[in-house]
Amino acid sequence: MGLLSKKDAKLILDPLADDNPITIQVLGICSALAITAQLKASIVMSISVIFVMGMGNVVISLMRNIIPSKIRIIVQLVVVATLVIIVDQVLKAFSYQLSKELGAFIGLIITNCIIMGRFEAFALGNGIWRSFLDGIGNALGYGVILIIVGFFRELLGSGTLLGFPVLGDPIKKSGVYSIGYENNGFMLLAPMALIVVGIIIWVQRSRNKALIEEH
Amino acid sequence: MGLKQNLHKLKEKYKGKKMAPAFNAIHTFLYLPNEITHNGTHIKGADDLKRTMNTVIMALVPCLIFGIFNAGYQYHLATGEIAQATGFFSPEFWSMANFSLGAWIVLPLVVVSYVVGLAVEFIFAVIKGHEVEEGYLVTGMLVPLIVPVDIPLWMLAVAVIFGVVIGKEVFGGTGMNILNPALTIRAFLFFAYPTWMSGDKVWVHDARERADLIADGATNIDAISGETILGSLAQNKAFDYDIMNMFFGMIPGSVGETSTLLILLGALFLIFTKIGSWRIMVSAIAGALVMGLIFNGVVDQGWIGEGSKFYSLMDTKFWHHLLIGGLAFGIVYMATDPVTASQTNKGKWIYGFLIGFISVMIRVFNPAYPEGVMLAILLMNVFAPTIDHYVLQGNIKRRAKRLKVKTA
Repeated sequence: MGLLSKKDAKLILDPLADDNPITIQVLGICSALAITAQLKASIVMSISVIFVMGMGNVVISLMRNIIPSKIRIIVQLVVVATLVIIVDQVLKAFSYQLSKELGAFIGLIITNCIIMGRFEAFALGNGIWRSFLDGIGNALGYGVILIIVGFFRELLGSGTLLGFPVLGDPIKKSGVYSIGYENNGFMLLAPMALIVVGIIIWVQRSRNKALIEEH
Repeated sequence: MGLKQNLHKLKEKYKGKKMAPAFNAIHTFLYLPNEITHNGTHIKGADDLKRTMNTVIMALVPCLIFGIFNAGYQYHLATGEIAQATGFFSPEFWSMANFSLGAWIVLPLVVVSYVVGLAVEFIFAVIKGHEVEEGYLVTGMLVPLIVPVDIPLWMLAVAVIFGVVIGKEVFGGTGMNILNPALTIRAFLFFAYPTWMSGDKVWVHDARERADLIADGATNIDAISGETILGSLAQNKAFDYDIMNMFFGMIPGSVGETSTLLILLGALFLIFTKIGSWRIMVSAIAGALVMGLIFNGVVDQGWIGEGSKFYSLMDTKFWHHLLIGGLAFGIVYMATDPVTASQTNKGKWIYGFLIGFISVMIRVFNPAYPEGVMLAILLMNVFAPTIDHYVLQGNIKRRAKRLKVKTA
């Protein structure tokens, strides 16, 4: 093995597919619906969550033996809030426009269920290196879905990708718009994001039957 | 050798293979199955799913034919070629010119709806290995009747694919869907392509194209437009249709929903054949009237002045709500969909009443969604199982109490 042992690599790779926080555990849906209308916002959100989860898991793992278990939720909240404020301030300083677009949703990373879930389920009981990998892995799994959803919503909803008009100009009727194509306004609404996530879940489960739950 | 024998042979040939459901579907659609049961006594009900669906389609055909004439009529009226029709049998309305233009506009919608929808059904049947179900037959007829005349065909196709896959197949196909597929398709169109689904340029054929040409600088054509009555009311604008126009349906609107008279006939037919639930229809009408009366009362009390943006809609006589827009069509053909409606009799009263009530409420309070009946039915579709659950629980509790009294 190279950099990572097989067990450690699993921590990164599992959440990407067969243990994905969004499509399998169905956590962190709110932000996946709210900010995926634009691909750029999805990418920034993914990077923010990767930072917060990686660092947060490390901090919690460091403190895991001194946190009184009765107040551990509050300690976790303080840690995640601190990290989120750092992200928020950095965004405001270096990319004010984007920070305004994302609005409250950067702040709402604090309440992202995936983060609290990993603190509780993993970082409180594992070492620093493994906690770090677990945080990065789950955040990547979250980010992958965000980027897939953001890709389709921006492409079909606005006809652009990262702001570039890949399908032509809807007002001047160039590109595909010249033959009568129109942007799908429904794609820009949150319900369609839920449907896109649903379709991803559908595709994933029909490819891997082991994921289908028994009733 | 007839077509039937040929189909039967094909069916036998493909038995057990992947494409079998597709051939079976064509065979059973056209003929009775060749196989009959051999053992025991069987009583065969005539009112199978195929018969049920055909009855609804028969009830819809008058609306379709009227819609075809109306599409032509609205265009010729807007261009000033003919005068406004005076009665139901007015020759201005039932003219060959209206019919041929209307058929040219409307029939492609019907064809696209059926071809795309059935293709999706066939693909799913083959993938899942079950028989093709008849569920799309009615949906495919409803869809062209509830869209504006000039909706681009590719948009309709995309919406049909979306509606059938997301509205029906993911839940397990015909009989398992939560939402009415036809309304899912319309809701998709409404939210995805709002400029093609509302405004004063979509209800009359060619209006939008002319507006585009004029915007590009053409001077040799006249602009035409036709706003629905609900649209005019929402903007506090006057309109020149009298009650008879509204009742007969010679007004702009989606293809098949304008004629309250023919919808009423369809409703009587559905009730007579016991396909449609009269409880839902009656209670939905009651709900709409109650909400309309409340709004009329608010205006009469002087709580809402003429300056209010809701004034015109609130001031509309309560029973006019049944004549304008798609309320009547929705109540008769879509609220009564046996799959998505409440199943219990008491539940049907509640379900229907709320559909009527909420439809008129959405119409008045949200002028952006003049067609409240679509959203009201979809909303109540979601709540129908809940209503049924509480009706059942109530029944169980009442009977348990009775048992206790008896045994005590």
